[in-house]
Amino acid sequence: MSGMETSRQAVVKLERVTKQFGKAGVVALEDVDLDIGPGEFVSLIGPSGCGKSTLLRVVGDLIQPTGGAVEVNGKSAHQARVDRDYGIVFQDAVLFEWRTVARNIGLPLELAGWSRERRRERVQEMLELVELSGFEGHHPWQLSGGMQQRVSIARALSFEPALLLMDEPFGALDEMTRERLNLELLRIWAASGSTVVFVTHSISEAVFLSTRVVVMSPRPGRITGIVDVDLPQPRTFRTREEPRFAELIRDVRRTLRQGGGFEAEEDDHLEERLIAAEEGTT
Amino acid sequence: MAATAVPEHAPGVLGERVRAVLLQLAQLLGVLVGLWAFWEAFKWFGETTELRLGNFEVNDRTLPHVHDIVGTLFEPSRRNGPILLDVLLDAALFTAKEAALGFALGAVFGFGIAVVLAHSSLLERGFLPYIVASQTVPILAIAPMVVVWVNPKMPDALKDWGAVAVIAAYLTFFPVAINTLRGLRSADPRALELMRSYASGAWPILWKLRVPASLPYLFAALKVSATACVVGAIIGELPASVQDGLGGAILNFNQYYASAPERLWATNLIAAGLGITFFLVVVVAERAVVRRAPEHVA
Repeated sequence: MSGMETSRQAVVKLERVTKQFGKAGVVALEDVDLDIGPGEFVSLIGPSGCGKSTLLRVVGDLIQPTGGAVEVNGKSAHQARVDRDYGIVFQDAVLFEWRTVARNIGLPLELAGWSRERRRERVQEMLELVELSGFEGHHPWQLSGGMQQRVSIARALSFEPALLLMDEPFGALDEMTRERLNLELLRIWAASGSTVVFVTHSISEAVFLSTRVVVMSPRPGRITGIVDVDLPQPRTFRTREEPRFAELIRDVRRTLRQGGGFEAEEDDHLEERLIAAEEGTT
Repeated sequence: MAATAVPEHAPGVLGERVRAVLLQLAQLLGVLVGLWAFWEAFKWFGETTELRLGNFEVNDRTLPHVHDIVGTLFEPSRRNGPILLDVLLDAALFTAKEAALGFALGAVFGFGIAVVLAHSSLLERGFLPYIVASQTVPILAIAPMVVVWVNPKMPDALKDWGAVAVIAAYLTFFPVAINTLRGLRSADPRALELMRSYASGAWPILWKLRVPASLPYLFAALKVSATACVVGAIIGELPASVQDGLGGAILNFNQYYASAPERLWATNLIAAGLGITFFLVVVVAERAVVRRAPEHVA
């Protein structure tokens, strides 16, 4: 798996990417180099404030880096966004509650100017993919948190983007729902063939899902190390019980510790606030 | 088996609804009876104890019987004329026309201002204080000027009552502008990121995200405006010298208060009914339009 990214054109290519919020402010990212190949599932893990959410938004062209180069699908991050090359999923499902499930999934298609007929067909396919057929007429508040997040994933994949960006998508769900959705995400990933960049706080989730785990450390946000996950595909409920799974968890923990990832963090929401202020969305 | 389950279920839901409506009606009736009892009890108490509050003395002139007020609605308004209720309903209809036009004008204007200000904090900082200041000037002071400015420019169809509609609009636009501005800004920051990730332009962000997000706020404002625009229309009729509406009726019956106090009370009753009707229309429209989680619908 680890040799994959060099064999074909990288989906995401980061070179010495730096991001500083404000002049002489917090350095969220410093000299980050990372290549992600097609079909990879890469997790970004690290303590709060290590810049992983910032990195995800830099890739998505939602935040401008202060230095370095970002390429997505062989073009600038901006062009990739304009071409709708990626779908994004947040911690909250961020569904429009005045829209039904079907119209939420169809939102990006609507914006892309798809005809009603094509939209309806694709929405049905997506509903089948996330196993929510029959719920198309429901409103978001009538669904459980796990179902809402599946709708959000279906919406992100509806226009078949090459890249799926996920910012702690299962962070707000209970452990059982989370493990079930992990398996479901892997099935969707295998079926869609897209590349996934996945931000998480959970070491076991990162190891279970990924082909590679990128470990980051805070202040300034840097990549401390990368752990290749050589667990066989497809992964199942059994995967977590294998000795190799425990070894990989230990490797990630060690790398995190080297980067100071287990030190107490004073402000859990600093990065969040900086991002919001930068985007002017508050 | 399955076929028998359906008709069992349906009347259950329907019965529940009918029961809810009946309960609401019973509550409404209960409150009305309570108010009536309180009114009459206070009147009886005041008259038997010869209660005086400053210059206020309880008697048939200051507090007519409720049945006299309701009864006068069904007596001829003048010799050989139609009953008072007919006269007042005609007046209410005329005032409703002014108020409805004013409401529509004010709502559209207020909404437009909110959309413009939501897109520029510079404009918001510059204009918002003046919008707030516009409401600190009493409507009674503005109304005569509006009549002088607006009336000569009105086409014949809107002569006189068009100016009244503008006065009603003046009271309507403010809550709509302030609340809609807040509503447009209430969109989830993540949802804005999402729209940007789709490379969405400003229009889709406005129409598919910000406006739907603002609807609960807009309707909260429209409920306030629904009653305010009726008050605005009634007050506006006075300087505009419009005789056909409730304002004219109030002025008229006010002059004869000494001899027939129930008539002014009856007019107020009809005016209140008009305000309530406007309010209910907004409530019905809200139920039809706003699709939000129950906790977001006021």
